[in-house]
Amino acid sequence: MKSAVIVFPGSNCDRDMQVALARITGTPPVMVWHRETDLPRVDLIAVPGGFSYGDYLRSGAMAAHSPAMTEVRKRAAAGVAVLGVCNGFQILTEAGLLPGVLMRNASLRFICRDVYLRVEDSRAPFTTRYRTGQVIRIPIAHADGNFFADAETLKRIEGEGQVAFRYCDPNGEVTAAANPNGSLGNIAGIRNRAGNVLGMMPHPERLADQLLSGIDGRAMFEGLSEALG
Amino acid sequence: MRARVHVTLKRGVLDPQGKAIGNALKSLGFSGVGDVRQGKYIELEIDETDATRARARVGEMCEKLLANTVIEDYQIDLDQ
Repeated sequence: MKSAVIVFPGSNCDRDMQVALARITGTPPVMVWHRETDLPRVDLIAVPGGFSYGDYLRSGAMAAHSPAMTEVRKRAAAGVAVLGVCNGFQILTEAGLLPGVLMRNASLRFICRDVYLRVEDSRAPFTTRYRTGQVIRIPIAHADGNFFADAETLKRIEGEGQVAFRYCDPNGEVTAAANPNGSLGNIAGIRNRAGNVLGMMPHPERLADQLLSGIDGRAMFEGLSEALG
Repeated sequence: MRARVHVTLKRGVLDPQGKAIGNALKSLGFSGVGDVRQGKYIELEIDETDATRARARVGEMCEKLLANTVIEDYQIDLDQ
């Protein structure tokens, strides 16, 4: 599987994504600076976490209009897999590739800790190596992760099975207490309708090596590698 | 021409920051403050003399970048 990681000024999880992709898929990703207008031919485009453009105006708002993102939009429309993590998720919503918006956490605090997620289904290409209903532990680190969409959009997201991950307790129960940021429906990650674009606030690339005290994020990259060759 | 843009959260969208501001005001002893909503104010200098065209241009800027219309409304005021 060939992959690319888009790097913006202020990205800070681009290297973690690079290492996870290189180690797990066996092929180092191409690192693409946001000014590039030409993307290499790849099977997966990763939009990493960080604070692109210092979160000025709104998280992800400026990055969504970067030259590289114009290309990402075209590739996504052509069916190429696109994974946005944390700030990457914010960028994908601002770019119109995913519905909804990530607002300021309900607590108004930056939250950096492990959370439990319930995998809503094991659809290719992103969650094929997880079981439906599986509970995984993945870290979050964000101030703007509070997923919001208007009632009609939310109904569509839920109705079409676009929710990929929900915040839950260790037993997989989706409760208000297990919701770290106020997200509607405890939503931690969603797909587009076609299923080839996924955005999530938790960081699978940060828990993909045993040295980091867990490998629950690893299955995402293994699944992608399997599904995308 | 100068355009003044107010970007505010739509009615019905929760505003925890506004709520925190309201609570802070209360703890400072300001009574009688009801709902508090916070937003952004953006001032733009644009090379346009026609108000209709200016409004259209700034509107486009709001739709594309200055506001996220999923959660935000915007209001444009022009200083001739």
